[in-house]
Amino acid sequence: MENFEPEIVAFCCHYCAYTAADMAGSKRLSYPPNVKIIRVPCTGKVDAIHIMKALLKGADGVYVAGCLEGDCHFKNGNIRAAHRVAYVQKMLNDIGWDGERVEMITMSAGMGERFAQTAKEFTEKIRQLGPSPAKTAAGQAAVG
Amino acid sequence: MITAEQKPMQEIINCIAPYDRILLVGCNECVTVCSAGGRKEVGLLASALQLHFLKQGKTLDIKEVTLERQCDPEYVEELVNYMDQVDAVVSMACGCGVQTIAARYREKAVYPAVNTKFMGASERQGIWAERCQGCGDCVLGLTGGICPIARCSKRLMNGPCGGSTKGKCEISPDVDCAWQLIWDRMKALGIEKRYEEVMEAKDWRTSRDGGPRKIVREDLAS
Repeated sequence: MENFEPEIVAFCCHYCAYTAADMAGSKRLSYPPNVKIIRVPCTGKVDAIHIMKALLKGADGVYVAGCLEGDCHFKNGNIRAAHRVAYVQKMLNDIGWDGERVEMITMSAGMGERFAQTAKEFTEKIRQLGPSPAKTAAGQAAVG
Repeated sequence: MITAEQKPMQEIINCIAPYDRILLVGCNECVTVCSAGGRKEVGLLASALQLHFLKQGKTLDIKEVTLERQCDPEYVEELVNYMDQVDAVVSMACGCGVQTIAARYREKAVYPAVNTKFMGASERQGIWAERCQGCGDCVLGLTGGICPIARCSKRLMNGPCGGSTKGKCEISPDVDCAWQLIWDRMKALGIEKRYEEVMEAKDWRTSRDGGPRKIVREDLAS
């Protein structure tokens, strides 16, 4: 557990969080290398199955980072994403996992600091929760 | 369409706990439209079950198949090659699909992963409402296209009852009074005189009261 470095998948909206990550880089703000960013055209593109597959393939935590409420480039993709994240959280709780491994975060394109801060906070939260049960369980090799 | 909702996860888990190899079968028809048992839901449930059993230290072998139509024997036949590779089948189709699989593959246990609810229509994205009870003797032509059997809580043939208030049913302020809707529609169509005609007691033998029903089309069945 001491050496546990979480693997985190972040689905980031092209119009906000991804640009915010860029901004964090431009400002030389450091954030944990544990966060692997997947750029999506809008968080509304992120389906529950994408989050579940990420967990199944060994991610310790997944977050979806979209635009601030009311600022979605496609009107309400971020609201849809938030509902899907809540759906996955409930599903994870129902199967005996911790729904907190999945989270919805919002920010604007100019919030480089917030991107770095949330990356740090989420990584720390997952570090506290420990490795994914999919990793610790026997037979993980069988999962494609 | 026939609407359905996924069963509580724990109930599904309890059903398949004794097995190691599962065939999870979806259906491309009604349950796809109501987001209960189509290809997407099959993938989601398979992932959830795998995650659950991984936590228990067990690798669940789940095969995912979504048939064009699970209530037709010719499509269910497509599962034949999977049957010797699985211990049990979990169906995400309505009760008709589950029973078609059970009838064809008698040696395999089949479990439903959804609760079949009602014949309904989509009100808007994510909301479905009951519209037909399959009474076998449609009265929509007499009631302005609004069904008093499916949409009136009491299935009154001559309504409304005293529980109708401001267009809503007494069971809930969220439920429209079907007979208010019928009256409004008749007025809009200019046929409100028809409202005065008392409908006789309905012959429920055409519905479930006559026992399990069957349609035989001699021209097609021969």
